[in-house]
Amino acid sequence: MIWGLAVLAGAYAVAVARLSRRDADWPAGRSLAWYAGLATAAAATFGHHHDFRAHMSAHLLLGMAAPLLLVLGRPVTLTLRALPVGPARRVSRVLRTPALRMVTHPVTAAVLDAGGLWLLYTTDLYAQALARPWLHTLVQAHMLLAGGLLTAAVIGRDPAPHRPGPIVRGAVFLAFVAAHGILAKHLYGYPPPGVPAGEAAAGAQIMYYGGDLLHLVVIVLFFRQCFAPTRQRRPWRLVSVAPAGESRGDAA
Amino acid sequence: MRNNVLSGALLGVGIAAFVDETVFHQLLHWHHFYDKSTPAVGLVSDGVFHAASFFATVASLFLLSSLRRQGAFRARPWWGGLLTAAGAFQLYDGTVQHKLLRLHQIRYEVDLTAYDWSWNIVAVLLVAAGVVLLARSRTAVAA
Repeated sequence: MIWGLAVLAGAYAVAVARLSRRDADWPAGRSLAWYAGLATAAAATFGHHHDFRAHMSAHLLLGMAAPLLLVLGRPVTLTLRALPVGPARRVSRVLRTPALRMVTHPVTAAVLDAGGLWLLYTTDLYAQALARPWLHTLVQAHMLLAGGLLTAAVIGRDPAPHRPGPIVRGAVFLAFVAAHGILAKHLYGYPPPGVPAGEAAAGAQIMYYGGDLLHLVVIVLFFRQCFAPTRQRRPWRLVSVAPAGESRGDAA
Repeated sequence: MRNNVLSGALLGVGIAAFVDETVFHQLLHWHHFYDKSTPAVGLVSDGVFHAASFFATVASLFLLSSLRRQGAFRARPWWGGLLTAAGAFQLYDGTVQHKLLRLHQIRYEVDLTAYDWSWNIVAVLLVAAGVVLLARSRTAVAA
C-alpha cells in the first residue's frame, strides 16, 4: 500500500516538473491537496487497527479524507496536460470507453463504496481481514479507490465525458450519506463479529460524527459548484459543471 | 418569492435537525444515539432525514446568498418558510419518528406525557406562525 502511494507521489512530481519545464501553470494548491491526500492515506495505513476505534478513525481518513484531497489535486487534468499529445489522446479515448464510463458513474461508485462498507462490517470480512495481511491491504485499497471514485463522481473537476447532471450527483450522494449514517447506527447496536460492544459503540459514533463532518465538506463543495455565479438570467439554476478552468495555460 | 420560501424552508429543516442534535443529543444527553428497540424502518427514516438536513442547510445558504446577490431577498416569505418547515420537521420527529417508528424517546426513565405534548405543541405553534407569515406575504404581494 505504502509503495503504491509512493509511486503516485513520484508520478505527480514528474508530471508537475514537466509542466513547469514548458512554463505551463499548475496551481500550487492542487499539488498541496494531492500530497496532503497521500500523506493522509499513508498515515491511515500505519499503526495497529485491532482496536475498533482506531480502525474506524483510519477508515474515515482512508475512505473519505484522503480521496477528497486527492480529487482536489486533479490528477486526470495533470496527466492529460503533462503527456505529449499522442498519449494524451489515447488516455482521453480510454476515459471515454463505456466500461470506464460505467465505473465512474456516481451510482456505481456509491454502490461500490457503501456496498464495500456493508460487506466489511456486517459479515465476518472484518475479522478475516484482521487475520490476513493481504486481505487487509486489499480492503484498504478498495476503501481508498471507492472513496476516490465517489468523490470524483460527485465533486470532481477533472475532465469526465458524460458526467451526469447535478441532480443525479446530489441525489446519489444524499443516499450515500444516509446509508453511511444508517450503517453507523446499526453497528452501534450490532457490532461486527469479534468486536466488543463498548469498542463498537465508540467506533460507530466516530464513524457517524466524523463521517458527517467530511460529508459536510463535500456537500459545501458540491453546492459551491452548483451555485457558481453565471451570466444566465436565473443565476441560481443548477448548472452542470463543465471541466472548467482548463483554458489558461493550455496555450503555453 | 418562491425561492425565498424554498431557502427559508430548507434552512428550517436544517435548524430543527441541528437543534435536535446539539441540544437533546449532545448537551442534555436526553436522547439516545440509538435505542435497541428501534426497528429497521426507523433507522432508515432517521438516516435519510439526517442526510437531507445537511444538504438542506448548505443548499439553503447558497440559495440565500444568490437571492441577496440579485436583490431578490424578501424577509417575510423567507421566515414563513423557515418556521413552517422547522415546525413540520419537529412534528414529524415527535410523532412519526419517536412514537410510530420508536427511533428513540425524548427522555428515558421519566413519564413521557408532558415531554411529548410540549414537543409537539411547540412544533404546531411553529407551523402556525410560519403559515401566518406565508399567508400575509401572499396578500402583501397581491395588494
